[in-house]
Order: sequence, then C-alpha cells, then structure tokens
Amino acid sequence: MSELIKKVTQLLNDKTVDVFIGYGKGSADRIRAIFVRSAEQTEKLVLNSACTQNLAGYILKQEVKHLGKIGVLANVAALRSMLQLASEFQVKDGEVLALFANPDGTLTEFIDFHSIEVFLTTTDTGITSDEQERIAQLEALTVSERWNFWNKEFEKCIKCYACRAACPMCYCHRCTTDVNQPQWIPVASHERGNLDYHLMRAMHLAGRCVNCGECASACPMDIPLNLLTYQLISPIKTGFGATAGMKADAVYALSTYKPDDKENFII
Amino acid sequence: MEKELKILKYSDLSKLIERFHAKGFPVLAPVRKGKVVEIELVESLGDIALDVLLSTQSAKKTAFPKVEKVLKYTLAKSGVTQHPVDPDTARETILFGVRPCDASGFKSLDAIFGEAPGDQFYLKKKEKTAIISFSCPEADEYCFCTSVGGGPGNTAGSDLQFTGIGKDEIFVEILTEKGKQIAAIFADLLSDSPAGIDKTKFLADVKVVFDSDKVVENTSASFNNAALWLEQSLRCIGCGACAFVCPTCACFDFQDEQNTKQGVRLRLWDSCGFSLFTLHTSGHNPREVQSQRWRQRIMHKFSYMPQQLHVVGCEGCGRCSRACPVDMNIKEHLTAIAQVG
Repeated sequence: MSELIKKVTQLLNDKTVDVFIGYGKGSADRIRAIFVRSAEQTEKLVLNSACTQNLAGYILKQEVKHLGKIGVLANVAALRSMLQLASEFQVKDGEVLALFANPDGTLTEFIDFHSIEVFLTTTDTGITSDEQERIAQLEALTVSERWNFWNKEFEKCIKCYACRAACPMCYCHRCTTDVNQPQWIPVASHERGNLDYHLMRAMHLAGRCVNCGECASACPMDIPLNLLTYQLISPIKTGFGATAGMKADAVYALSTYKPDDKENFII
Repeated sequence: MEKELKILKYSDLSKLIERFHAKGFPVLAPVRKGKVVEIELVESLGDIALDVLLSTQSAKKTAFPKVEKVLKYTLAKSGVTQHPVDPDTARETILFGVRPCDASGFKSLDAIFGEAPGDQFYLKKKEKTAIISFSCPEADEYCFCTSVGGGPGNTAGSDLQFTGIGKDEIFVEILTEKGKQIAAIFADLLSDSPAGIDKTKFLADVKVVFDSDKVVENTSASFNNAALWLEQSLRCIGCGACAFVCPTCACFDFQDEQNTKQGVRLRLWDSCGFSLFTLHTSGHNPREVQSQRWRQRIMHKFSYMPQQLHVVGCEGCGRCSRACPVDMNIKEHLTAIAQVG
C-alpha cells in the first residue's frame, strides 16, 4: 500500500503521468475508481481484496484522456484488456503506464506492451474454478434446457446497458443495438429484444472477452452475463488457437479467414 | 379526507391478500428473486418479501412499464392506416408492501405525465392502482428520504399505510377515498386504534444530510460549473441503471417494430445518461461528454422539475446508488452540491 502511494506520488511529481486511475474508498464497504491527479490525493488510494474492478475501461474515456498521460492500477484482466485494445488499435504502445500490484506488496511497472505480454505468459489468466464449474453445469444441460435457462435470466434484463458500459471491449461509439435505421436488434427490452441483444453482444465478444467479469458485476438485475462470453473462450481457442488479450499485435480470429480454418461450427 | 386510524393483527395479513384476490384484484408486491427483489404479481402472503428494505427496481413500472405498445398500424400501397391502442385496459390492482418513497415517487410521475393533455397510458394505469405502503422500520446508508422532504413514515402518495407496532399488530392509516374502499374489504379485521399511538417510535431514524432548498438553489446556479460535474462523474460509465431503477425518472423513447404489412409503435424507457439520448441526426451531440449528462440528471431533478412542476424529482430512496456499477452515490454528490459556494 505504502509502496503504491510512494510510486504514484513519484509518477505524478516527475510528470510521468498526469492522472493515475486507482481504487479508493466508496460507499459503505464498496470500493470505487478514483482519479488521482496530485501527490496530495495519493493518500486516498486503497488496495485490498475488494479492489477487483477492471480499471482499463477508463483509459478510453474521453474525459479521462483529456486529463493527460494516464497511469492505471491494472489487475490481470486490465493488462489483458490493454493488449486486446492495442490489437484493435484503440490504445498505442507507451500511451498508458500500468502498475500491477503483486501479492507480496511489490509493484511491477509496465511501460510498454511487450513487457505485459512477457508477464502474462507466466501468469494465470484463466477463469476461476467457480466459474468453470458453472460453465460445466450449463454445458451439461440439453440445448433446450440451456435455452430456457438463458431466457429466464434475460427476462430480468431492463436494457440499462450497464454490461456494455462496464465492458472494456464495448467501446463502439454506436453499438449495433443503437442503430435503428434500419433496426438490426430490437431496441425494446422485451423477450426478443433482450435475447437478441445479449446474443449479439456475446458474439461480438467471442474471442475478445478477457474474462474480467465486469458485465456480470455491473448488472443491477444480477444476470450472470459473464458466463455467456466465457463459454465462447474455449471454442475460439480450440477452433482458431486464439486467446484474447495476450498479444498486442494479435489478429482477431473472427475477422480473418484462412483457407484451412475449421468449419465444423457450421450447423 | 381526514385520515382514519385502525389496528390490524399481523396474523390477519394473509387474509387481506386472499380477499383482494376474491374481489378480483391482482396484487403486486415485492418478491425475492435471488439477489434481486422484483415487484410482481403474487398469489399469497408467503410470496411477498416484506422484510426487504426496498425492491431493486422502483414501483414505477406498474404504471410506466419498460415497454408499452401505444399504436398499431398497417401498411399498404395506399398508405399507412393507424389503429389506436386503448390505454384503458388495466384492471384495478393493489400495489402492496412497497415503501413510502415508492408511493411518493408517483407524485413526480403524476406531475410529469399529468401535464395537459395528460398521458392516458400512464394515467389510466395509475388511476387503477391502489397503494398500500409499509413504512420503514429500517434504513441503510444509501437512504436519504428525509433530506428531500420524505420520510420513513411519509404517507404522500399512499392510499393506505401500514406500520408494524410491536410483534403482533399493524397500525393502519386510511389516507384516501380509494384507501377507504380498499379497507372496506377487510373492515371486520380492523379495530379502532387507541388514541395516542406514535408511529414514529417504530420508524427508522433517517438523518437529514443536506438542505434540499440549498441543493435546488445551488444546482440551478451551477450549470456552468464544469469542474463540479466533471469531478463528480469521472467514474460514471454512462449506463442507464440509475434511471431505470429510479422511481421518478420518466424519460422515454419511441421505436417502431414492423414487417412489410404491419407495425407497432413502442414506448421504451430511456436515460439521459446515454450518449445516444441527445444525439442529433446531424451527428452533433449537445451533451458531448458524460459530465454533461450527469449534470443533466441532477439539473432535471433539482432545478427543472422544481421550476416547472413544483416537485423535486428525487425521493431519496438511494436505488440509483445501490444499482450503480461504479458507485456513483447521489446522496454524497447532492451533499457536495449543497455545500457549493
């Protein structure tokens, strides 16, 4: 903790960064993102087990970018978000400085994408065993049972788009669901509109999701949306050998074609 | 009308639901669904989560649903033929076990949808809803009803209000003519209230944290205080969770869904937090960045609504803060606005 305050103070004092995105105390026992812009503000930084939000989503926010050079406290998901965003030309090498808090209290500083790539080769980037178990349970269901499960979950959806807003990969200025002339996805939060929206979003995240789980934790209606995109991680990996957020120059599996691509997914 | 005070036994509460059903009145009440609490049709008292602080969404959806058909039309070579949708199809319904802030939230909606010529889709449903609110024995750190003119025992907007007094009894306030008609359904279960019952002893202690008039004054004067709005909203990610769970947010969008022969026009919830909300056809967006959208949210509730409709557009329920994925806490931000200047 003191290590972090010391480091961020130094980064701000020597103008390496103009703003540092970290965690601070929130309402009740919550933690929230804070945007530290001066050495005095570094005291507000908090680091504990509740600091789980993927802060990488903020590096693309216009008003945050306007504050100047960005530093961010990045967990594994945030580091992967940065690489995935880099591969999609949303962030340039050296544009954002990332600090990773090691379990022993030390910090690792990443000033370029290559160092993140190297770090991730020896880091556990998978989903948790709880999540694996839930996915296994879902996959064990018959197609119609699974269909019913998701339809029941989507019934709760109010289309507040918190999942989309919280997702670092959902950065489109105009989401497909916002395009209504013509209407690709029914805008209404009715049965069909909810289903189409979530399936569209899952497909758009297939092979891009860095399993941070922000979609599910953002959902005010408690829909386990992360399971939908997590389920697509393994088919993309086994089918195309690609894992999101591991390389800054990765070529996106679903937007490229190779003559020897497997076509066994075509029903 | 002058309110009537009665006593009801807790053990008779289940009979109320049975009798409402026997009379043909559907009952909507908070129901636990995993971690969320929804306001839904219930069969019996056992379905109702009376012990929860608040439902996840507000009760507004009972009169202002998230999706509502407002027009049907058919398409032919000769042109479009409109087929109006009857706004008056709802049944008399009892909204049971909601909180005072839910009931009073309808006062804001009444003001918005009641403006001439009057939004019949909302008004007809509201007219047919009788509200039996339960006062709040508990509150949490997100609640601030007393700072915006409400309170844990506020009766505004309720037809009947129930307050638990001790383990066995409920103090019943019959507040409106509609409430009187509903109470007549279980009149035999009511006894006269002894004089001098002070229900405030059984209510949560919700401290006043800011002066609402000061917030209104400072909000109105802070339109150009860009630094204030930016500072408050840097972490805002621009979703609509706050607006959709809010009991008073009433903005909506229209969308047509059609095939080659026919279509429907739908009214859908919308939110000023979305960038699309103000996007012009030209591509220009007058609220270009999130801080301007946050400003709009606060200005609407604390400047425009007081000016135009003579109500503050906030009940202090704190739902927006609880639902916010990034911990935008409206109580905290309003307190800061009250201290500006």
